[in-house]
Amino acid sequence: MILKINKILWFFLSLCILGCVGYFLELLTASFSLALVLVSIFFAIVFQAFSKFYSSSASAANENIWFQSISNKGFLGKVLAVALTGFYVIIYWYPHLLGYKKDGNTGFVAMFDSFSFALNGHVASQWFVYGTLYTLCILGFGVRFLLKYKHNRYQQVRTLSLMFFQLFFAFLIPEILTKLNPELDYFSKDIKNMWPLNYYLFEDWHLKALLNGHTLGYFFLIWGLLLIFIVSPVLTYFYGKRWYCSWVCGCGGLAETAGDSFRHLSDKSTKAWKIERYIIHGVLLFVILTTISVVYSFLLDNQLLLSPALFLIICIGLVVAFGVYVWFFSKEKLANDAKKSIAIVSLILLVCLLFSLFTGNRSVFFIDGNALKSWYGFYIGAAFSGVIGVGFYPIFGSRVWCRFGCPMAAILGFQQKIFSRFRITTNGSQCISCGNCSTSCEMGIDVRAYAQKGEDIVRSSCVGCGICSEVCPRGVLKLENGKIGIDF
Amino acid sequence: MNTEKVYIIGNGVAGVNTAINLRRLSNVPICMVSDEADFFFSRTAIMYIFMGQMRLEDTQPYENNFWVKNKIELKNAKVSKVDPEKKVIFFSDGGFDSYSKLVIATGSIPMQLPIENSSLKGISNLYHLQDLEKLSETYSNIKEAVIIGGGLIGIELAEMLVSKGIKVTFLIRESYFWSNIISSREGELIETQIQKHGIKIHFETEAKQFISNEKAEVISVETSKNEMIFAQYVGITIGVKPNINFDISSLELNKGILVNENLETNLPDIYAAGDCAELRQVANGRRAIEAVWYTAKAMGESLGKTLSGNKTTYLQGNWFNSAKFFDLEYQTYGIVPAICSDSQDEFYFEKDDKMIRFVFDKISKEFIGVNTWGIRLRQDFFERILDTKKDIIFTIDKIEMAFFDPEFYPKYGKEIKETFKKLML
Repeated sequence: MILKINKILWFFLSLCILGCVGYFLELLTASFSLALVLVSIFFAIVFQAFSKFYSSSASAANENIWFQSISNKGFLGKVLAVALTGFYVIIYWYPHLLGYKKDGNTGFVAMFDSFSFALNGHVASQWFVYGTLYTLCILGFGVRFLLKYKHNRYQQVRTLSLMFFQLFFAFLIPEILTKLNPELDYFSKDIKNMWPLNYYLFEDWHLKALLNGHTLGYFFLIWGLLLIFIVSPVLTYFYGKRWYCSWVCGCGGLAETAGDSFRHLSDKSTKAWKIERYIIHGVLLFVILTTISVVYSFLLDNQLLLSPALFLIICIGLVVAFGVYVWFFSKEKLANDAKKSIAIVSLILLVCLLFSLFTGNRSVFFIDGNALKSWYGFYIGAAFSGVIGVGFYPIFGSRVWCRFGCPMAAILGFQQKIFSRFRITTNGSQCISCGNCSTSCEMGIDVRAYAQKGEDIVRSSCVGCGICSEVCPRGVLKLENGKIGIDF
Repeated sequence: MNTEKVYIIGNGVAGVNTAINLRRLSNVPICMVSDEADFFFSRTAIMYIFMGQMRLEDTQPYENNFWVKNKIELKNAKVSKVDPEKKVIFFSDGGFDSYSKLVIATGSIPMQLPIENSSLKGISNLYHLQDLEKLSETYSNIKEAVIIGGGLIGIELAEMLVSKGIKVTFLIRESYFWSNIISSREGELIETQIQKHGIKIHFETEAKQFISNEKAEVISVETSKNEMIFAQYVGITIGVKPNINFDISSLELNKGILVNENLETNLPDIYAAGDCAELRQVANGRRAIEAVWYTAKAMGESLGKTLSGNKTTYLQGNWFNSAKFFDLEYQTYGIVPAICSDSQDEFYFEKDDKMIRFVFDKISKEFIGVNTWGIRLRQDFFERILDTKKDIIFTIDKIEMAFFDPEFYPKYGKEIKETFKKLML
């Protein structure tokens, strides 16, 4: 049986190679070879998954992960890491190597031209190529995940949600909206793509495109603000940050599906946890500074309803409200170093904002907004989220970006810690400290440390993937939102 | 020497929980001695190491620097002798030290079969890390295996061997699985699981003798039904017994080390906890030796307090336990007998390979206990039911509060109530 499936796997891989070769030798049309390549990659992934998980039992889902070179940081894992990293470096900084050219694509990118044209009315960009392959991975490996956890309904529903949001909200709908509105400048049309994960939402070029984008542009601007200030806090209050991170988000989508074989590689040490807290909140601070600077100088340069001074006053209000809330309502929920850092950072922010408000200083944080913007785009937007975030899956685990870098995860995590009803509960004293939960936690949370003490797990980094509960051999862990109603 | 030092023999769950709870309350020097492993690991997890799901370090509940940080000294040594009068502990390498208090937490050892030839190559238990290492080195030469004894370790061993493609046959002395703990109807559930994984079971069958080749390796097992089963590996998992294989003169022993309700032995300043301890007085329906993780942990917690100077009685509490048979999870709350006594009644709920068995008092209807198979139930719920002595009618009425399965899983509340109503009419 296994041999037969392997033959099928080879068949699809040959088809994929055939598609590429045929295209480059100009024997096949671009659209036919693209279809051949995409379909054969998809089925190669799916058939591989079928051969492994179709008849596998639940308890065998993670057998051998530490014995296989690809998933134990062995040779194959390192090769994959280099390949993925290389791919990201090319996509971000050397797209011409793939054939991306302003005056007409060639090579690999040109293969996507007619598909791109059909969807969005333009020839392909390297981002279209990337988006297509990304979606393909989430769908293919999504099927694999569905098969692997076929007995667990939470995993089924969650994975279908991830696949749905990627295919429609991240990929198809934005492309089609672009086609329907050909006169508009580019702006992000992915309604689930929230600031600060979408760090350029408030950059001047993007704001301009939104403001010139007629109804559609205004919709995305207002929706973007609603998402940040209303939708996401409300959903996080009820369900925890998982509603986004492991049900909707594209980065999470790739980590959960294509990255599933690497989830156990995340570092569980307390040292890693400490580093995580500094880096992720550092990135969050960075994106906040950048955004305030950029918006402020945009408002200085453009006459709009919102005056620059009013904007600064709103920012001051938000910082003060935040500080007061933390101080009065969640003192006992935060560690001392967290409280201290929050106090220091809030004070510095306040001083800078007030200074600019009274002096009319152009660079709010004494650094040019454009410089901040380009640093952020390079170091965080590209190098961290892409190159390290995905390229290092086989080394640091699948959620490196989500755990150490994502400012969105930092905000949602803070909300989760401070006011959400979500937590993972422990079933009395049933924990046997086996370590399956901690091992499979992609966020590097030492779940067992809480479970063996019979404590609930309330951690800002928890994305609520539910795998700890799935792999627990004694049924000890449960993701819960509501009150436990034992009322007698 | 008058210096205070608490020695703990054994770094399993009882010893470790004693040490950690003592450290929370006191600064007394603590030394844990073990010759099995450098660091505390979860014994129940060694099957996952074999199956490649975890590494040894993943089964260790505390980071290696935890012990230094908490000033708990770890000593890799074997204790050869203790002099309770002079309060001196001797190690097999010739070293010795004096102790102010001594905790014996040596756990269990596997029981052996009274069959000649039991020491042939390829015949083994699965208990210590060393058993696992041996199996890891040799499994690639094994095509067929026989497992003798149908307990929890036997099932785990079967799962391990099957994961490597080894053909497994079970020899079970009783007429169904785990017959001293569960009913035959529940046993069938386990049997189904086992057969689903391609394992053969011979009930009411024992091993009569082992046949070897010229290299003293086992090649087959002759059963009490005179059948020959080829096997290059024989796992003996017929249970465990307290590990009391050491030299402490005048320490009172029965099957285990006899202790009172404060876990004190008959000798001053010597205590015992975990699998090796045997309680002199037992709560109703409980056993004097309960070789399970949870008991060892609870004993360690109360002993830690006692050693800090705050004498704490070990309370047996409500019985609970859990296990996993391949894909089938099992939890139990309260004392569920294998077969109900005349004064007890029971009620089964069964659906899609899942089962819950409730046991209650025939006359008063008081809830006695529950076994659940494939449906996760909340411990707090049943603790409350047992503590407040609720009856079965109340329990079933509130059963929705007890479910602990993940979101989107089917809830069986309505069906359980309907089944119960029909039965009670």
